[in-house]
Amino acid sequence: MLLIRCPWCGDRAESEFSCGGEAGISRPLEPNALNDADWSDYLFNRTNARGAHKELWNHAAGCRRWFEAERDTVSYVIKRTYKLGQAD
Amino acid sequence: MKKYSGFSLFRNALSHNLNWKQAWRKPEPKKHYDVIIVGGGGHGLATAYYLAKVHKIKNIAVVEKGWIGGGNTGRNTTIVRSNYLWTEASLFYEKSLKLWEGLSQDLNYNVMFSQRGVYNLGHNLQDMRDIERRVSANRLNGIDAEVVNATQIKAEIPLIDTSPDARYPILGASLQRRGGVARHDAIAWGFARAADALGVDIIEQCEVTGIHREKGRVTGIDTTRGKINAPKIGVVVAGNASVLAKMVDLRLPIESHPLQAFVSEPMKPVLDTVVMSGAVHGYVSQSDKGELVIGAGVDSYVGYGQRGSFQTIEHTLEAIVQLFPMFSRVRLLRMWGGIVDVCPDACPIVSKTPVDGLYFNCGWGTGGFKATPGSGWAFAHTIANDHPHELNAPFSLERFTTGALIDEHGAAAVAH
Ligand SMILES: Cc1cc2nc3c(=O)[nH]c(=O)nc-3n(C[C@H](O)[C@H](O)[C@H](O)COP(=O)(O)OP(=O)(O)OC[C@H]3O[C@@H](n4cnc5c(N)ncnc54)[C@H](O)[C@@H]3O)c2cc1C
Ligand SMILES: [Zn+2]
Repeated sequence: MLLIRCPWCGDRAESEFSCGGEAGISRPLEPNALNDADWSDYLFNRTNARGAHKELWNHAAGCRRWFEAERDTVSYVIKRTYKLGQAD
Repeated sequence: MKKYSGFSLFRNALSHNLNWKQAWRKPEPKKHYDVIIVGGGGHGLATAYYLAKVHKIKNIAVVEKGWIGGGNTGRNTTIVRSNYLWTEASLFYEKSLKLWEGLSQDLNYNVMFSQRGVYNLGHNLQDMRDIERRVSANRLNGIDAEVVNATQIKAEIPLIDTSPDARYPILGASLQRRGGVARHDAIAWGFARAADALGVDIIEQCEVTGIHREKGRVTGIDTTRGKINAPKIGVVVAGNASVLAKMVDLRLPIESHPLQAFVSEPMKPVLDTVVMSGAVHGYVSQSDKGELVIGAGVDSYVGYGQRGSFQTIEHTLEAIVQLFPMFSRVRLLRMWGGIVDVCPDACPIVSKTPVDGLYFNCGWGTGGFKATPGSGWAFAHTIANDHPHELNAPFSLERFTTGALIDEHGAAAVAH
């Protein structure tokens, strides 16, 4: 089981968390201005990176807050976790 | 190719089984092929076989980064069925099931296809409504399907707990009697041997590291064993589909997740069919060796590590033990993971791409083993004619732009 550091609660067992998928996908501000291909890219296409991957996690059985994690998708090592909007 | 038969078994036994011929060659890659298939799983090998057999293409290579069948093909729980909900999906899977029914003969290789039936359990009223609907849809499409109640289930599977106060009460199930299991390795080896006999070069230990294009057309691939040219390239790499797509700047609607399975110590026959439950994320059958073969649901994160989390195993085993209380005393022997390529609508992509001469077959996710022969058959058609067969036309990459998704989550999501 992974040990995941919630930016608010500290190190907790993976079973307390749920993974929210790739981070940094924001809903287009003007959907009507998009063509079908761009809309489809937003809705369905994913980076699905083999290696470094930024993703959303939710401390579902804890403080219930969302945060971001930088994780390696091959070794599963979590490089760091941080509060939303504090990437750098 | 030396034909396998009862007589050949007997003759080779007399010489202490020392004279069996190699089942496929180990050729050096040539500089040029007419078609290259990337990925030596069941789907890639089946594609090569049908390209050679049905479409009479002579100069074909299958390039595999590890050993053939070492990906999801050799890691799955081998459930074969065709009782999907939507017409597009059920007809495609049914084509595959029909091919399974003649496959050992066709390949002259025993793939140990055992039509022992597949039960999909219903635990509540809504499950049962969905089952009724799916069974009706299947029958309208000419696919065998039945609804059975708890009493019938108990009569056919005595070990299962159908008591009304069970943790997961069983109200009934859908049953496809023509469904069953097959031998995972045999499908890779059988297709490899038959394709090799038709002249296909199967090149193992050869990883594709780049795809070359000129004026919007593919021209060849870079591999760890040198550059190989071909005007047509079919990519069938399951969990690594996005990695290959990136080589031609293509984004796919796919995420790769770990999916785990485990087997128990071998024991006397106790379960002569396949039992699955989408609601509790578990499915179980017993192999001919006597091991219980148990599969889990996917881990929720993207993972290329061919292993998943312990809590997923625990979750699945809790459910299996609730369904079969007797299994609580069985010890597990091995566990492992594969990398499954999951599409948003739980259906595959067997399609042309925006790059001429480049074809992708992926997105089979948690349930593509059953589709191995049908997928290869349709993908071969697509590559040979540069046009999909009507069976796989709905499974194009464009469906994510047009919106014509085929939502099979109900029939496919966790269950296989
Ligand atoms: C635990 C588990 C249980 C499952 N249970 C079932 C089930 O009960 N029923 C069912 O129908 N399906 C099941 N599935 C799904 C099924 O296994 C797959 O959908 C199917 O086997 C995919 O076959 P494939 O040939 O496309 O992929 P694979 O067998 O994974 O083959 C892809 C090949 O591509 C190779 N490759 C990758 N990258 C490269 C590269 N760069 N260059 C060269 N080669 C490369 C890989 O090494 C691999 O051998 C299960 C999967 C798992 C993991
Ligand atoms: Zn927290």
